[in-house]
Amino acid sequence: MDGSTLASATAESTGELAEVRPVSAAQEAWRRFRRHKLAVASAAILIFMVLAVLFGPLLWRVPINDVDFTAHLEGPCAAHPLGTDDLGQDLLARMLYGGRISLAVGLAAMLVGVVVGTVVGAVAGISRGLIDTGLMWLTNLFLSLPQLPLLLLIIYLFRDSLKKVVGPEAGAFILIVIVVGGLRWMTVARLVRAQFLSLREKEFVEAARALGASKFRQAVHHILPNALGPVIVTGSIDVANAIIAESTLSFLGLGFPSDIPTWGRLLYEGKDYLDSAPHWALFAGAAIFVTVLSINFIGDGLRDMLDPRRVL
Amino acid sequence: MTKYLVRRLSTAVPSILGISIVLFIILALAPGDPFADLATNPNVPPEVRTALHAKFGLDDPIPERYVHWLVAMLQGDWGFSFVSRVNVSTLILQRLPTTLLVLGLSQVLALMIALPVGVGTAIKPYSFFDQVASTFAFVGFSLPTFFTGLLFILVFSIHLNWLPFIYRSDLDVTGWRWYWEEFRQAFMPIAVLGLYQGASWTRYIRSAVLDVIRLDYVTTARAKGLREPAVMIKHVLRNALIPIVTLVALEMPAIFGGAIVTEQIFRVPGIGSLLISSILANDTPVIMSITFVFSCLVVLFNLIADLLYGWLDPRVSYS
Repeated sequence: MDGSTLASATAESTGELAEVRPVSAAQEAWRRFRRHKLAVASAAILIFMVLAVLFGPLLWRVPINDVDFTAHLEGPCAAHPLGTDDLGQDLLARMLYGGRISLAVGLAAMLVGVVVGTVVGAVAGISRGLIDTGLMWLTNLFLSLPQLPLLLLIIYLFRDSLKKVVGPEAGAFILIVIVVGGLRWMTVARLVRAQFLSLREKEFVEAARALGASKFRQAVHHILPNALGPVIVTGSIDVANAIIAESTLSFLGLGFPSDIPTWGRLLYEGKDYLDSAPHWALFAGAAIFVTVLSINFIGDGLRDMLDPRRVL
Repeated sequence: MTKYLVRRLSTAVPSILGISIVLFIILALAPGDPFADLATNPNVPPEVRTALHAKFGLDDPIPERYVHWLVAMLQGDWGFSFVSRVNVSTLILQRLPTTLLVLGLSQVLALMIALPVGVGTAIKPYSFFDQVASTFAFVGFSLPTFFTGLLFILVFSIHLNWLPFIYRSDLDVTGWRWYWEEFRQAFMPIAVLGLYQGASWTRYIRSAVLDVIRLDYVTTARAKGLREPAVMIKHVLRNALIPIVTLVALEMPAIFGGAIVTEQIFRVPGIGSLLISSILANDTPVIMSITFVFSCLVVLFNLIADLLYGWLDPRVSYS
């Protein structure tokens, strides 16, 4: 202790603090996430749904297009746990298959949106002047575009030609992913830019700059890893938004072709039988709702987990 | 004030121009002839087709075509519907009031839910009421409008048989009965949209009020003996509304998206259902115009939000 002065009164307690078992960043993050009970439950539900759509079709081996008019519009029963549709096709098999597409679209569209948004936000955040202004003008322009009409317009105009090139299934998938993701990058871009603007003035970036790091290196190696927290939260919620966007398109009859039973498509077909076979639309709608709700809760839990300023 | 308005308008014009460029690029990039359907459509005489081709100057260079298109749009010459064979502008003006009425009333409903609940949860955060209301808000904005709409139809039209599930513009009753029938048929679309928006606004209002409610000036207002309602409305809410207005303006495109879906579910004869039926019928001029109208509405509401912003926050100077 000779010659050393305590920086502040609170520094005296370091002896006590040292006895607390050190926790790794991952453990600390998990501790924070665990506090959000609904988020943990949602994560369990979401994992179950992902496993179900991935491995369910291996266990439930009923073909999705097995037409059986004797079992037309049947409610849930032993042979068809979720009932059948107007052609007697098994809805459990169709839901499991469609769930793969719905979840894959959500994930892929989120990735497109996050990648585009991060690149735009990072470029705008690291550069000053005209590039920054121009990119932000573009972002604000995209924010004021009416998304659903534009989605419908693009799909209407490009559907047929893409179908000819890569086939109906892949064509619809690529188009929906690109368009949904391409109209959802703006929030991420603004978040990343805001983070860049504050982080690029921090000492550690200044140190990197002093060591001669290029702008690219500063952005990718130093600033970006520290800016990712809010992006992860927004990205997780964007999965839910993308699933809703895809279901909306399918529900309006403009998403996937009728032989690909995504959840939105099942809802679209089932809505005309609401009086005689409500289970058809209800199961599909409930699947969308439960997925979106659990993703939103997980996003909320991630926000608690990744926000270090928040005391829990 | 006028100066401020002019300045705001001068920033709205570039956005509309930008949006029109985006729309036009999409149309120009689209493969094939946008009027190819006319060749196979027996309802359209061949001379109309050649006239349209000449009018739209499909062989001109793209910038020139854009200018032509923009000038025509600005002059109110939005073309001619292939399907119903009337001017697109007439068609849209017929449908627009219904859309705006349903949208407007649903936003009023959303505010009526979100304001009291949001403020109530923020006054006592983490209380039982807050937990219940926040959970409901989460459920509310996770329920997609198309699913809520179907649930409403299932419960109120099919099981209880209280409300009609198809919106009719040609009600054959008069007087008070007419208002009652209008209310009955508009109830479900308004409720679906209003509940969805109300749920997400509740969260915004809760966090915005929480941000200001602990500030010193609120304590000052209480200390000088103001009644609680006056503190809440004049001091807390007015300041909390500033970020809320921004968020609501940002959400405008999503609100219009929800309107398209609800109009389609309940067959409300607005421009949203017109858009869907035009897409299904390949009616390009109507589709383009409606998308443009929606864009203009978004820009208009952003402008209104900016003006509100200036009114709510005196620090935003008008000069």
